[in-house]
Amino acid sequence: MSKIIITTGNYSAAYAAKAAKVDVVAAYPITPQTSIIEKISEFIERGEMKAEYIRVESEHSAMAACIGASVAGARAFTATSAHGLTLMHEMLHWASATRAPIVMAVVNRAMGPPWNIWSDHVDSLSQRDTGWMQFYAESNQEIFDTIIQAYRVAEDPEVKMPAMICSDAFILSHTSQPLEVLSEEEVEDFLPPYEPPFDITDVDHPVTHGNIVWPEPRGDASVGYMEFRYLMHQALLNAKRKIKEVTKEFEKKFGRNHGDLIEKYKVDDAEVAIVSMGALAAQAKYVVDLMREEGYRVGAIKLRVFRPFPDEEIREVAKRLKALVVADRNISYGYKGISATEIESALYQLEKRPIILNFIMGIGGRDVKPEDQRKMIEAAFNIIETGQLEKEAEWYGLVR
Amino acid sequence: MTILGLPEEEYVMSGNAACPGCGAILSLRHVLKALGKKTVLVIPACCTAVIQGLYPRSGIGVPVLNMAFEATGAAASGVVAALKARGKKDITVVGWAGDGGTADIGIQALSGAAERKTDFIYICYDNEAYMNTGIQRSGATPYGAITTTTPILGKKEHKKDMPMIMAAHHIPYVATATPGYPKDLYEKVRRAKEMKGEGTRYIHILSPCPPGWRYDSKLTIKMSKLAVETGLWILYEIDHGKFKLSGPSKRFLDPSKRKPVEEYLKLQGRFRGLTDKDIEEIQRWVDENWKNIAKMIETE
Ligand SMILES: Cc1ncc(C[n+]2csc(CCOP(=O)(O)OP(=O)(O)O)c2C)c(N)n1
Ligand code: SF4
Ligand SMILES: [Mg+2]
Repeated sequence: MSKIIITTGNYSAAYAAKAAKVDVVAAYPITPQTSIIEKISEFIERGEMKAEYIRVESEHSAMAACIGASVAGARAFTATSAHGLTLMHEMLHWASATRAPIVMAVVNRAMGPPWNIWSDHVDSLSQRDTGWMQFYAESNQEIFDTIIQAYRVAEDPEVKMPAMICSDAFILSHTSQPLEVLSEEEVEDFLPPYEPPFDITDVDHPVTHGNIVWPEPRGDASVGYMEFRYLMHQALLNAKRKIKEVTKEFEKKFGRNHGDLIEKYKVDDAEVAIVSMGALAAQAKYVVDLMREEGYRVGAIKLRVFRPFPDEEIREVAKRLKALVVADRNISYGYKGISATEIESALYQLEKRPIILNFIMGIGGRDVKPEDQRKMIEAAFNIIETGQLEKEAEWYGLVR
Repeated sequence: MTILGLPEEEYVMSGNAACPGCGAILSLRHVLKALGKKTVLVIPACCTAVIQGLYPRSGIGVPVLNMAFEATGAAASGVVAALKARGKKDITVVGWAGDGGTADIGIQALSGAAERKTDFIYICYDNEAYMNTGIQRSGATPYGAITTTTPILGKKEHKKDMPMIMAAHHIPYVATATPGYPKDLYEKVRRAKEMKGEGTRYIHILSPCPPGWRYDSKLTIKMSKLAVETGLWILYEIDHGKFKLSGPSKRFLDPSKRKPVEEYLKLQGRFRGLTDKDIEEIQRWVDENWKNIAKMIETE
């Protein structure tokens, strides 16, 4: 039976790893992620969780160990933040190209220097092209539920790709909220035991994984390197469909739906919508409610999945809007917010495109209050009225 | 018929892509004979990643997980953990890496794995440079050797003492070997295999490399033996902390039995730039190493 507790985002991730009955955990401490792996250590040492825990000497090794465990038939889990995640970069590519369905909790934190431990999405967004699915959660419950869902999607034979579940430093990681912890039995019903696509320890049928492949099909090889990469791409496209199916099934079983690729909130009759990722997506809905009471036709879009990118889904909403506010807790230096560039590229296919107003905000944990989001939305309404977009991307709340 | 009593089974297949006279592949052949079928290899970027052959074939008869250059110890830890989680007890996990992947870029992951008592065998085949990328200097390159990153002056530092670094991890087994003494190598791998369940076992194999060392490929065994006979490479094992000189090296404890290092150095093009002073320095280094060995034997 499930039970309701009050706990932090990090403990929610730890409870999810336990409920998913992961076989192997390999992890290394870093603020603000650390309490995830501390909690898991506690579960294991108390005998409440039956997993092998590898207390590795770095995050690079954490990911390498997860890959080794995954190809040897284990369900693997890790967690990290910022410098740990970027240290893993090489192994993130290795994991997806190994087709290892590892699930990782990422607590988003700013990159140094200068040192800063607060929320910022540059760490995970810099891993955009590694082949990992990326989910961004707005609540502790969503962290828990998405970890369970992510294993289902990642381990699907048509996907076989790893997934990271991102959440904001402190805003979620160290903040308590009510959490329904599903029991291992309930979860097992939804997430059957891991069936590895192949087993490197099957000595009766020895396989070599990852030896050299030429650019072109050559000799006995009917495919070249490019075909392997195409299969990975197809897998992430398949994941779009799977994520939708899995979130529906999850809702049927457990009565919760956090959105699939995106979550739409009061967008049907809206003129303006604000796009957010992570915890600010929750606050955006609150702001929408307040502004709706005053008669603003405004809605909110949560970018729940960043890879595979929900291009069609965003087009579908955006074509009815006059303006889209894209709130980025990140910056691609020399250009603009990262999700804004992705959304713009998705909307280019539309004949009639909404105005896009990109705000770079909340960098390094700078507070973004409801009134700040309101100001961003008001700016969009002003532009609709005046028809004048002065700047495509604006640093919001910058001290000059 | 078996040679030297080694098993007839072959796990290094014909069609592999090693250079003629490759000491590394010869070593792997003996190693896999000792390990047998129930073995999983984890291999990082190195010559063996190429030697194994091209997709979809493999020149190695046991499962191989190819890994990033610096991650062998960590990836092997993952395989070991999965086997444990799944209750599979009869498989030996083996990291097989070059000197660069061991003494340089991979030392962290290896040290971590050893400290955690990861139940696996780690074998470094030491051809004394980054051969896969075209003979660059590594921490295991010997003093005076010319490589493409020490192209004129040669390396100015001595070889990193990797086996003793591993011994300092107080693991159950550390051994050195070289393919000129296949029986010694075979038995050391057998010994390491027998210690399954006890933690990390480390074997360091000096593996002559004709193109990298610049000698005629028919001389690989001679190079391997000369390394031992000059005392440059000392065969020993440290079994649960107990140091023991291995048979072929025993008599070289007596300095008068050792051949002058020059006999080994002069056959290799990589040492072409050595001055008399350099040779003296190498001889001094060898004699000093042996003094340390003598001290260890005394205190045993
Ligand atoms: C992170 C990283 N840096 C560099 C390389 C390039 N690289 C591949 S193999 C190699 C040298 C391997 O040397 P060693 O471990 O001694 O094995 P050998 O080739 O001599 O057998 C290098 C530098 C790499 N693959 N990965
Ligand atoms: S370069 Fe040396 S180690 Fe590499 S395959 Fe050739 S002989 Fe063997
Ligand atoms: Mg080498």
